Amino acid sequence: MSLKPFERLDAIAVPITQPNLDTDQILPARYLQKPRANNFGEYLFRDLRFGKDGSEQAGFVLNQAPYRDGRIILAARNFGCGSSREHAVWALHDYGFRAVIAPSFGDIFYANALKNGLLPIPLPEPSVLAMLDTVQAAPGSRMVVDLEAQTVLAPDGASHTFDINAFSKHCLLKGLDELGYTLGLLDQIADFERRFEQAGS
Amino acid sequence: MQAQQAPRTLFEKIWSRHSIMQRPDGQVLLYIDQHLVQDGSAPAFEMLRQRGITPRVPSRAFATPDHYVPTDSRDLATMADPEKRQMATALMQDAARAGIRSFDLDDPRQGILHVVGPEQGLSWPGTVIVCGDSHTSTHGAVGALAFGIGATEVCQVLATQSLWQRRPKTMRIAVDGRLAAGVCAKDVILAIIGKIGAAGAVGHVIEYAGSTIASLSMEGRLTVCNMSIEAGARAGMIAPDDTTISYLAGRPFSPAGKAWEEQVGRWRALPSDPDARFDREANLSAHEIEPMVTWGTSPEDVVAVTGRVPDPAAAGQPQRREAMQRALAYMGLTPGTCMAEVPIDRVFIGSCTNGRIEDLRSAAAVVRDRKVASGVAAWVVPGSGVVKAQAEAEGLHHIFRAAGFEWRYAGCSMCLGTNGDIGAPGQRIASTTNRNFVGRQGAGVRTHLMSPMMAAAAAVTGRLSDVRQLMAGGMA
Repeated sequence: MSLKPFERLDAIAVPITQPNLDTDQILPARYLQKPRANNFGEYLFRDLRFGKDGSEQAGFVLNQAPYRDGRIILAARNFGCGSSREHAVWALHDYGFRAVIAPSFGDIFYANALKNGLLPIPLPEPSVLAMLDTVQAAPGSRMVVDLEAQTVLAPDGASHTFDINAFSKHCLLKGLDELGYTLGLLDQIADFERRFEQAGS
Repeated sequence: MQAQQAPRTLFEKIWSRHSIMQRPDGQVLLYIDQHLVQDGSAPAFEMLRQRGITPRVPSRAFATPDHYVPTDSRDLATMADPEKRQMATALMQDAARAGIRSFDLDDPRQGILHVVGPEQGLSWPGTVIVCGDSHTSTHGAVGALAFGIGATEVCQVLATQSLWQRRPKTMRIAVDGRLAAGVCAKDVILAIIGKIGAAGAVGHVIEYAGSTIASLSMEGRLTVCNMSIEAGARAGMIAPDDTTISYLAGRPFSPAGKAWEEQVGRWRALPSDPDARFDREANLSAHEIEPMVTWGTSPEDVVAVTGRVPDPAAAGQPQRREAMQRALAYMGLTPGTCMAEVPIDRVFIGSCTNGRIEDLRSAAAVVRDRKVASGVAAWVVPGSGVVKAQAEAEGLHHIFRAAGFEWRYAGCSMCLGTNGDIGAPGQRIASTTNRNFVGRQGAGVRTHLMSPMMAAAAAVTGRLSDVRQLMAGGMA
């Protein structure tokens, strides 16, 4: 299966100032039984975006004019902590997000994101907090993510480099998935397995 | 002469033994001994089907439905939502088709995977265990490397029995000293999370050590490792010792006979070498730990039950202040309120954190000869059918029922409410689960995390309560 190649992203950044924004809030559990064919973007931040009657919550950032077209999430620390639900990544991706910048991520969310064309970008907390201030002071500020160069261009013009493992970068840039690659290694896996089981496991 | 091997941690011993190969970018393809499969796995099986692949080593997988099962009966038809009903059905069908062993809903051994695995002897020391559920860290209590994965990774494990992983860092958390009466494993892990924070161990595997941890029963260790993920850890683990080995002896899927002796020999060699180095260390004294209760919407928002709702004005960082204000608004709490004065509407005792026999025994000891406070709805949901049967053999269900508790069937239930077991908006729940996230137990529901003893105390008093006062007041 192939994904769309990850291209240079020049987009509005949506500020999420709440630390520890867990995957239950990104995608509430009551949508977990929906088949993947659904547009999970509809359920993204469901209880933050909408009231019980389905009306928009004006105070939530995604319901504010400049942010509706945001493609980058700029978040506080430990974004995507909690449940392993990959649906949280599907929801962000289906809504249109392609990158999340944060000081840290839930480990499972980070791994899930890389496998679904959503680029998680860890940057030092002071830099992210400064970017959050800038973006909140000037709603609709754009940021540029260049995966090839591993850089983020902040609204103030400063360039920040970020880390990503070379393989995930390659897969994202080419729109490849990891499973296809690993399936090509089945002989080596079987060899290992034979030795492993002979050794008594 | 052979160079002496550098001292290694428990984690490093397991990691290196399961490394199939390393990629140039440093990621390791890790062999998976045991894949636990729950009833949220339909998307992963669908991914497999789309590729025309069948599970490669079904004998290294085990399935039981837990997230989407009713807990008031064993009849799936009682679940109103056909999509939810279909999740448990799909797992049983997918498992049967693939030749994966499963305990179906009508099997008396069905239960929450993280209770069933250790209970059945499926979780062994020194192994790598994965499951499409973040609380897989639970199994680390037997001395395994166990962690949660997403749907794409579940698909990859089914297809290849392996997983690419970046090597996590290691962190040792030592807890020393004797726990006071009324203080248990749940309080230990809540105190740890309160100390290091919900992101305190991101990117790390925690090894819990120290005399307090060593003195915990297997049930207590499972509770501690279960909530490693709430500190952000990739996994949590505890070195196998006599407690571990006697717990696993004679379990249905434990090795037997000569194989048992061989495995025990291996397990004895697993504990971290004396001079092994960890990337980080943290320490706690058991004497400082009191019965804990959360006040906010992250497990790091935790205080002793003798404490008060904290004041956001006292927070150093503006970001922290804002987060605290948001949490308190959701929780409907005023700064300065004594935690032990907060009234509750419901009580939930159960989950992969605290649904084991020891948990039910400790709660029943508090409930015995008492009544659930008027207006409070209290549930016990055993972690597995085996736990339920054991509790009934001990008469615990009579104690709970006589007090006014509902005694239900095994499942994840109100921990996350995927089966429809949820609270009503505004309800406040004393809960033995692992997450007090916004909306976790239903939209608008307010969750306070605590131990089974503390939840029992809340049930009989109708408010958050220090269980030690009930113990002083005549508990047998």
